[in-house]
Parts: sequence; structure tokens; C-alpha cells
Amino acid sequence: MMKFLTIEPVRVLLYLVGIIAFTAANAAYLVLAERKGAGRIQRRPGPNEAGWAGILQPVADGIKLLAKQVMVPPGTDSLLFRAAPLMVMAPPLLCLAVIPFGDTIVACNLNIGLLFVFSFGSINVMALMLGGWASRNKFAIISSARVVSQNVAYEIPMLLVVITMLMVTGTMNLGEIVRQQAGGFWHWNLLKVWVNPFMPVTFIIFFICMLAETNRAPFDMAEAESELVAGAFTEYGGMGFGVFFMAEYANIVVGCSLATILFLGGWQSPIGVLSGGWFGAAWFLVKLYALIFTVIWIRWTFPRTQFYSLLNLSWKILIPVSLVTLLLTGVMMKIL
Amino acid sequence: MTQIMFNFLALLVVISAIGVVVAKNVVHGAMCLLLCLVGVAGLFVALDAYLLAFVLLLVYAGAVVALFLFIVMLLDNRGDQRPGVKHLPLYARLVALVLLLAGTASFLARAHLPSPALGAAPGVGASLKLYAYQLFTTYLLPVQVIGFLLLIAMLGVIVLSRKHEVAEDAP
Repeated sequence: MMKFLTIEPVRVLLYLVGIIAFTAANAAYLVLAERKGAGRIQRRPGPNEAGWAGILQPVADGIKLLAKQVMVPPGTDSLLFRAAPLMVMAPPLLCLAVIPFGDTIVACNLNIGLLFVFSFGSINVMALMLGGWASRNKFAIISSARVVSQNVAYEIPMLLVVITMLMVTGTMNLGEIVRQQAGGFWHWNLLKVWVNPFMPVTFIIFFICMLAETNRAPFDMAEAESELVAGAFTEYGGMGFGVFFMAEYANIVVGCSLATILFLGGWQSPIGVLSGGWFGAAWFLVKLYALIFTVIWIRWTFPRTQFYSLLNLSWKILIPVSLVTLLLTGVMMKIL
Repeated sequence: MTQIMFNFLALLVVISAIGVVVAKNVVHGAMCLLLCLVGVAGLFVALDAYLLAFVLLLVYAGAVVALFLFIVMLLDNRGDQRPGVKHLPLYARLVALVLLLAGTASFLARAHLPSPALGAAPGVGASLKLYAYQLFTTYLLPVQVIGFLLLIAMLGVIVLSRKHEVAEDAP
């Protein structure tokens, strides 16, 4: 039986199903986590009617969304309007194929996994933009314009930070990057300050850019509910809307996984015990959900920024700081 | 399996490339371009050139097509129905024909792939370092020249947009 599972096509198929199930489960239950978190922060219980403490709320939401008709309003570009939800969901699913959940738990151990994640991550913007454009809705088009300028602005510091990490690690293989961080939390890239004192700065820049790339508050200019209805997916109903919503959470999962792998030691145990195999995957998930919780926590703690201060933050602070970090890291690697 | 993949991707690339030319809607054209680039990236993957494939996606599909779409949206949010091929003037058709023939002829004259020389092809892992090494040794001058060219273009854009801003502010 075990041998049958390790045949290449069967293995790939199993990972495919696993990744889709993982993404869907995460998307459904992160919505609940978000609503619960929001509730706690605003001193109310959050959804608590469906099932024990609201545990069945995502199921009820899912059934409701699936039961609704997917309307294509007249005057929209019907082809692109239908294609946009597919395009927004595909990149995060593809990215998860190269994310190593454990030492051997990875669908495709690609040597340039880091580049793979960024190349598909960049397509995601286009899907939101197309969805907005095809809707022929003023709110949606404003949102599309915001999405593009925001993503272009934050892609630069993010890539600069990743180049810095690349110089430190010397490889683009995500599994290899995690293996370099073995042996206790003081070996994680985040805390390797004796190798490179800029690591915490790098992590903070990466995290801010990740928030902005996934259009999360305080950078959720793309779907600013109080001014743009629902942003790029204003005109979508039923599961069309549901897919956009799920893709947002799938992107958060991908971004936080990448932060875990690059800075927090991936599947490595923080104190050296209970490491390897499925324990590794458990550590990975613990770190991943800690980061996701931080994302939710930030959303409900900080108000939305203005669009100009958002762009100023990127062009006037993050890009110069990440350039200086890159330069100093290079100098340090040359001297040491 | 490889043959099926190649045929599928080649068909995708050719059809979407034709789509770029004949699409009446500019945004549909840009989407065909995106599809074409994804197909080319797939062909690169089939050739084990992973780095090239993902760089192509990152730079062209992610950035260049996004900029195209952004500009189209800024100019006209209806996607500007452009005239079809039938309405082109005669000289444009002739120029296109000559260019097509010249391109095909030059391709046929020179197209002999040096396949035996690939015996020394590096493994997938080495390719990234190899690319970087080549860029900073053999092709250092072209890289520098392109860098300066981009810098000049960037300065030009800054100068032009500055002027525009002053003109707007003037009463």
C-alpha cells in the first residue's frame, strides 16, 4: 500500500487533492477565525449560533454561496468576468505546490522554488484588475487601479528583501533554506543577528509587504468597504464572490508560509525536541497560524491608511531601507 | 507524454499569438498575450529551463502585461474597439507581408540548433549560478548598457511628468 502511494503520478495526484483540500479548509475556517478574532477584539462573541461556538458557520456560508446564482450583469465583459475568479484562485494553489510542509512533505521539490512563488504571485494582481475592469463598475475600476499601483509599489521592496535573503542563504530551494536553519530557534534566519544584524529589519519589511500584496488592512485599499463597496469584486455574487474571498485567504496562507520558511525555520523545532516527520509539519503549521493570527490581529487593531501615505511608505521608507540593507549585507559578506 | 505536452503548448502559443493580432478588444489582446507567454513558459519548462520559464512569467506576464492593461484602463475603460485587419491600408499590409517573409527567410537560413553542443549542459541546480556568472562576466557590458538605458528612460519619465505637474499648477 505504501509503495503504491509513492508512485510518481499517484503521489502528485494525492498532493494535488491535498493542496486543494488544505486551501479550501483554510479559506473556510480562516473566515471564521477572522470573524471570531474581530468579535473578541471588539468585545462581542462573534458567530456562535451554527454548531458549537459557531464551528459550522463556514459550512452554512458555503451552502448559501453555492445555492446562489452566479449573475453576469448586462454590459460586462462576460468572458473576462467569468475568467477572473479562476485566475485569482489558480496562483496561490500553484504556489503551495513548492511550499515544503515538512522535511519530505513537499509536492514538488523545485530548485528555484522561491522564484516560482514570486512569478505566480505576480499574476494574481492581474486577476483582480481584470475582475474590476470586466465589471464595468466605477467602484471596481477605481479598486483595480489601486490594486495595480499598490502591488507594483510593494513588489519592489519585497523583491529587494528576498534578494538580501538569497545572498544570505545562497539558494532558492525552499527546503534547503529551511535545512540551513536547523538546531533551535537561535538558528532561525530571523534571529541570526550575529551573521547579519539586519535580519529583524528584513523580516519586518517582508511582513509589511506581504500584508500590502495580499491587500490586507491596514493596506486594504483595494476592497475598502467603507468607500468602494467591495472593491474589485463589487459586481460578483454567489460563488464568484466566494472564490475572490477564498483567494484572499489562500494568498495569506502562501505569504505566511513563505515568511515561516524564510525567517522562522519552517518545519524545524524551536527547541530541538519533537523534530522530523509529521512533528515537523505540526511545527510548520503552528508557526504559520501564529503569523496568520498576527495578520488578523493587525487588521482589527489598526485603521485603514490613506492611499497616498500607503504609497509614501513604500517609495520613501521601505525601498530606501531595503536597498541599504541589501548594500550593507553585501558589504558584510565581503568583509566577513 | 512529452510530445502531447509539446503539441498542446505549441497549439496554445500559436492560437493565442494569432489572438493578440486579431482581437478587436485591446484587453482581450493583452489576455491573449498573457496566455501566449504562459505557453512559452510551459515550453521552457518542457526543456528543463525552469529559471528562464519563471523569469519570463515574473517579468513579462507579471509586470509588462499588467502595465499594458493598466495603461489601457487609464486611457479608455471600454477597451477601445480598434479597427480589424480588413481596414488596414494597403501599404501597411505590404510592409507586414515583407516583414513576415523576411523573418521566415532569415529563420530558415539560420535555423540549425546546435544540439550536440548541449552535451555539457549543466544540471537544473547549477543553472542559476551559471546564468548569474555569465551575466557578470561574459555579458557584463550589455548588462551595464541596458542598465544605463533604463536609467535614462526613468530620468526621462521623471522630467516629463515634472513638467506636466508645473503646467497644471500654473494659473
